[in-house]
Amino acid sequence: MNVAVGDALPEQFHTPDNVQLMLYNAALWNGHRIHFDEPYAKEVEGYPGLVIAGPLLGDWLNQVVELWLGESGRLTKIEYSNRAASYIGETLTAGGNVTAVEGNTITIEVYIKNEDGDVIAPGVATAEIIA
Amino acid sequence: MSLLTPELLANIGRESEPKREIVTRRDIRKYAIATNNPQRKYLDGDEAPPMFHVPLFWDVVELEQLSPDGVSIDPLLPKFPLHRDMAGGLEIEYLNPIHPGDWLTSTRTLTDIYEKKGRSGPLIFYEVIMEIHNDDDELVIREKMTRILR
Repeated sequence: MNVAVGDALPEQFHTPDNVQLMLYNAALWNGHRIHFDEPYAKEVEGYPGLVIAGPLLGDWLNQVVELWLGESGRLTKIEYSNRAASYIGETLTAGGNVTAVEGNTITIEVYIKNEDGDVIAPGVATAEIIA
Repeated sequence: MSLLTPELLANIGRESEPKREIVTRRDIRKYAIATNNPQRKYLDGDEAPPMFHVPLFWDVVELEQLSPDGVSIDPLLPKFPLHRDMAGGLEIEYLNPIHPGDWLTSTRTLTDIYEKKGRSGPLIFYEVIMEIHNDDDELVIREKMTRILR
């Protein structure tokens, strides 16, 4: 696998709906109402809609790196922050750019952007090249 | 004035009881499907995808242990003066792969509590480190979770 600083990862697009968000939170045993009870999310917590679970965005950051690496590398570390909420109905974009290559270790800045282009979950991933 | 009293800060360093869970193909498949993961090895449950430890070690609590907003009360945490809990972020090291049939044990430590001024008032941040070992006593995952209270 040839990797250079500045390489862009192919972007992935996600438009989760109520069903996917329900199944995700059920897989976790997460009963937080902001993810499925729209009147509660709006009237009590003041959100404009059902909130997409923060760690689901984190998962998509892992995925965008793994899909780009394929069998040629292994994701060894990732860190990310949830900077702003996102809501059912939005299409989110996961992507990244290679920022360092040292021997077999590569560093990638990853992001989740909303439809306005705002980075709502930035992060940094580290991977080891195998082949 | 700080929201963080010496009594509250004295909880830094508190450790949870270890939790032991078995990895099943069915749970891996559910997680891979719910996260839109396109990789066949995960959809078939042959191997756990990254972040599978999140559902595996999420607290399974009984209904009466949930607060009215549907959130489970983390017994590792002290009673904070702010209550709306938001995802802050994760830092995860992947050291060994996870497969169906693996027994994994996690221990969690509350490692920090601090305060920041947000746009609409004070925010409390807290950090919890989780270490996950397999039955060969190998460290499989180390995770630092940051959450925010507003």
